[in-house]
Amino acid sequence: MDERLEIAPAESDKSLEAAIYAERVTKVFGVGKDKVLALHDVSVAIEKNEFFTLLGPSGCGKTTLLRLIAGFDHPTEGLIMLHGQDISHLPPYQRSINTVFQSYALFPHMTVAQNISFGLEMLGKPKGQIKETVGKMLALVKMEDLRNRRTDQISGGQQQRVALARALAPQPQVLLLDEPLAALDYKLRKEMQIELKRLQHETGITFIFVTHDQEEALTMSDRIAVMDAGRILQIGTPRQIYNHPIERFVADFIGSTNFLSAEVLSTGDRQARLKLSAGEEVSVELPDGMVPSGRVTAAVRPEYSQLMAESGGKGDLQGVLENIVYFGTDTHYYIRLADETMFVTRSQNQREDTETFKVGQSVGVAFKPNSVQVLRD
Amino acid sequence: MENKAAGSNLVEDAQRKKTQKSWLLSTPALLVLASAASGPLLIVLVYSFISSGEYGGVVWKFSTDAWYNVVFHRDIFDGTLALADAHLIILWRSIKLSFFTTVTTLAIGFPTAYFIATRPRKTRNIWLFLITIPFWTNLLIRTFAILEVIRNEGLINIGLQTFGVIDAPIQMLYTDFAIMVGMTYVYLPLMVLPLYASMERLDFNLVEAAYDLYATRNKVLRRVIIPLVKPGIIAGSILVFIPSLGAFVTPRVLGGGKKMMLGNLIELQFGAGRNWPLGAALSITLLSIVMIALLIYVRTTQRNSDGLQ
Repeated sequence: MDERLEIAPAESDKSLEAAIYAERVTKVFGVGKDKVLALHDVSVAIEKNEFFTLLGPSGCGKTTLLRLIAGFDHPTEGLIMLHGQDISHLPPYQRSINTVFQSYALFPHMTVAQNISFGLEMLGKPKGQIKETVGKMLALVKMEDLRNRRTDQISGGQQQRVALARALAPQPQVLLLDEPLAALDYKLRKEMQIELKRLQHETGITFIFVTHDQEEALTMSDRIAVMDAGRILQIGTPRQIYNHPIERFVADFIGSTNFLSAEVLSTGDRQARLKLSAGEEVSVELPDGMVPSGRVTAAVRPEYSQLMAESGGKGDLQGVLENIVYFGTDTHYYIRLADETMFVTRSQNQREDTETFKVGQSVGVAFKPNSVQVLRD
Repeated sequence: MENKAAGSNLVEDAQRKKTQKSWLLSTPALLVLASAASGPLLIVLVYSFISSGEYGGVVWKFSTDAWYNVVFHRDIFDGTLALADAHLIILWRSIKLSFFTTVTTLAIGFPTAYFIATRPRKTRNIWLFLITIPFWTNLLIRTFAILEVIRNEGLINIGLQTFGVIDAPIQMLYTDFAIMVGMTYVYLPLMVLPLYASMERLDFNLVEAAYDLYATRNKVLRRVIIPLVKPGIIAGSILVFIPSLGAFVTPRVLGGGKKMMLGNLIELQFGAGRNWPLGAALSITLLSIVMIALLIYVRTTQRNSDGLQ
């Protein structure tokens, strides 16, 4: 599997190509009894012009990794490279990396325009160039009219734009975004997601985006790294992460999933035959390098399975229909399987549909081809 | 509609009555202010416009002599007029020493306050507690402690002589330097506390943001931290400068009576000088200097904040 290759320490060649290359980074906070392992042996290569997302629950280490890349903290072990140059222990002001903070951190004693020009002034750019760049940035985030406002006189969405413009103005090689949309309301957040993609496309800057919102990660990213408890569990495109989760945590954290316990009957060339404890035998494709044996957990997404009446054939699983929930776009069916676990299947509604199933009825569940994923436990 | 209007009027009336009465709540504070601040001040003002008694005290007869004597000096032998240069020298010394005391306390207090504000929340209170410990001791005792340190046979001179750095003791006591050291020591907490209060509210994300935007340590300090804690700097400076101007215990003990400050001069008039009206007039002069300084400060800060908008 491609993802695993990137987690393993790559050849020197890779570290030179990548925009950000972290190798075996460990970060420990505190000493003695209060010691906290925030990052554990994390390696990742983030490519140029990529929209890369660090996704995970709070406390998973995603913000710590971001702070190490920004230079606010330094790794306890391991190294971080920016375009092939070791920056592990450089202060933030010597890295061509800028950050959009979760709280925006706009300077309250400066106007919108002064905030945006701050980084350029610190870099010692000539006055004329600063003025021109600030003008361009204001246009880029559509804030020309508010350039002389104080930052506490503009709305949250506008502050967000100013924070973006301020971080983009010095034209950094990498832009870090620490949950920048968390404080916005739903509609504004949707707008800004599109806006961010547009900005990334227009500027060609590598974006590293931190979020705990899986939907945001799936819709915006080129690639996602799923993190938990200080480790990167899996790196891949949104499609890979959603359809081929390697670990239970990844399958569970992203989207909704049914977990099935099964027994391995035989394995072959990236193939295996499983006996589901609540149903029949199924053939599955295996991820690279996985040779399962004994009891395993398999995952099936609700939309990759189909409910069928007992009379229509046995299907892959058998159970009793316990609940039907109508969502408009689709309908969710809750089935109590033979081994007492709950299974959810989801079917897309058509306008003329009438409900053909009844609660309490015995039903079967059929999987669409290649929809069962065997998980590493 | 009419009903609604009438209803809202009723509510408004009730609110108006409430707000009209609510000033009553502040009467205790107003009474204390009136009796403890304005009253004595009024007495001092009245005293400055009457004649002095032969053996101290006052004679109830209107006179502007006291105010005259603040600025002019009449020779006791030939009665010629001259500027009261002794008063002006003392005034100048007071302003100069107070200014340097303020600058020194700021220079020491700023890093101290920054240090405390950046400690973990739990240990901050311990540091603040340590800052306030000197307040537990009488001012006079603290001043004599400083005297012990800087006098010719004191800690510093003995120490330096023992280690062979100097041969003869350095005269520090009874100089302007001694007064400044004493006042710096006494007023330092008054600088640290307001500075800490404004630094504690400082959003350290802003400091990180500045670092992130290529600002070096120096630039972060000048462009972000100082502008944001300016209210604390100003409050601390006022709290140190004003009592420094009127200080009299510290200059008395460490200046040895020869190096007088305004406070000593005023004290002298009410004591050995037996000229209460002059003392009163000098007090009002000191008060006016402080008021003018504050007024200038308020004006400039208002203009600055207007300028940003």
